[in-house]
Amino acid sequence: MYSEVVMDHFKNPRNVGEIPDADGVGEVGNPACGDIMAFFIKVKDDKLVDVKFKTFGCGAAIAVSSMVSEMALGKTLDEAMQITNASVIDALEGLPKKKHHCSNLGADALHRAIEDYKAKQKGAAYEKPLDGAEVCACPVCDVNDPEEAPYCQSACERVK
Amino acid sequence: MDHVAACPVHPDVIKAMLPFLTEKFGNPSSMHSLGEEVTEAVDDARDNTAKLINARTDDVIFTSGGTESNNWALKGVVAASKSRGNHVIISSIEHFSIMHAVKALEKQGIEITRLPVDKYGVVDPEDVEKSITPQTILISVMHGNNEMGAIQPVAEIGAIARANKIPFHSDGVATVGVIPVDVEAMNIDLLSMAANPMYGPQGIGALYVRRGTRIAPLMDGGIQERGLRAGTENVLGIVGMGKAAEIAAEEMQSRIDHMVPLRDKLIKSLPSLMEDVHVVGPTTNRLPNNVSVVVKYVEGESMLLFLDMEGVKIASGSACISRSLKVSHVMLAMGIDAGTAQGSLLFTLGQDNTEQDVADVIEILPPIVQKLRDMSPLYKRTAKFKAGRAS
Repeated sequence: MYSEVVMDHFKNPRNVGEIPDADGVGEVGNPACGDIMAFFIKVKDDKLVDVKFKTFGCGAAIAVSSMVSEMALGKTLDEAMQITNASVIDALEGLPKKKHHCSNLGADALHRAIEDYKAKQKGAAYEKPLDGAEVCACPVCDVNDPEEAPYCQSACERVK
Repeated sequence: MDHVAACPVHPDVIKAMLPFLTEKFGNPSSMHSLGEEVTEAVDDARDNTAKLINARTDDVIFTSGGTESNNWALKGVVAASKSRGNHVIISSIEHFSIMHAVKALEKQGIEITRLPVDKYGVVDPEDVEKSITPQTILISVMHGNNEMGAIQPVAEIGAIARANKIPFHSDGVATVGVIPVDVEAMNIDLLSMAANPMYGPQGIGALYVRRGTRIAPLMDGGIQERGLRAGTENVLGIVGMGKAAEIAAEEMQSRIDHMVPLRDKLIKSLPSLMEDVHVVGPTTNRLPNNVSVVVKYVEGESMLLFLDMEGVKIASGSACISRSLKVSHVMLAMGIDAGTAQGSLLFTLGQDNTEQDVADVIEILPPIVQKLRDMSPLYKRTAKFKAGRAS
């Protein structure tokens, strides 16, 4: 079901852990959907000098977190903001369609950590967007009910 | 340990089926000798299946499996009873082939009551009694639940249905051939069955329809199966199911005696080896082959992948695994929150499982769980929370 790259990142995830004095922290997801990802970043001279993550989720979610952390490490903040769900899927050599939403979560969690850092720089508190408690939306096509559109046959195809 | 998904076909069942792939290729509807031979084989299979549930031979109608039987029981009885009422009672832990069939019925204006279950996943017969209205035309409560093992009080529910003159259907796919089922003692009017859980082939099942029960056919066509289920008989499957039923009747007790100690060892060991691991479903009145637990702070699929690498194949009710990406409705009905249900692990045992298999799981699983928990943001929080509370 999963590519070799996915299985490798799942079995040996890179950059697992927390950074106690992180410059930015970003979290996304909720347990009802099956995935929670938390990213911790250290920033120096506008670059990500350390990236760590913790993830509750399926094999794809763990592999995505690991891949995002690897892609982000050493990048400038602007470059890291360019990491998209599609580029994560490509780097993992594909994900099963119904797991595409996991890839979005990884990039989102990283972006939230960066936004958290930026907000702190300005001295403001970063307001985390609300993830509806029981709504597991498909981030690709915005369909809320997976039963009506199981992550999401037609729309997710457009991502590839 | 995923026998709920597929059981291996018993070698004697294969032996019984083989001639019907080669020389015995007749159609039971034919008048010539080839047809006669297969007619006899189908009759024998019907007889063996009926004996297994203490039914009259003619009341067993072969179908394509449990899903068709469940659909037919609900839609067929409703279609035949529309003049009498429009209310159907089911439980909230039924198989999808019941849950989704009643959704289709709701669209036709049928009212559905979904009975709650207690924290062990068991329906209270009193709730059945209280839900009955003058409009009630069918009560359907499954016999055994494959996801968490609970055996329902079908005899009591059947007695209530009988006293109120309402037909009672039970989904026996998880129990027929696995534990004793008696349609007389249990007051069952319609019973869904499938061959695979008793080591028969896939794609064949049956619906028991007590004589006198009003039911419309789901499939229109020829007059096979007393006109209740059209279509040329799946002779190969029927012969396989009959043989599987015959063997199940003989071996049932020894199979139970083999599986129960393995089941109980897992049910006892897993929660004691790891913190925050809970058994789902009852400890008594439980299917002999079912072990269901939830492991908090981790997700089922990631555990399954690691177990698979170690050669242990099991299932989970986690949303990430289901095709719909939704948490099991059975666990939600039992009051287990969606986050905890993500950590579901489902072991379904079979004759080929050994004490060594159980010992392997007990050895392999805890380090996997620990590895994933160390990665989980939920685990950290709870550990901190506990430490904070202690100080």
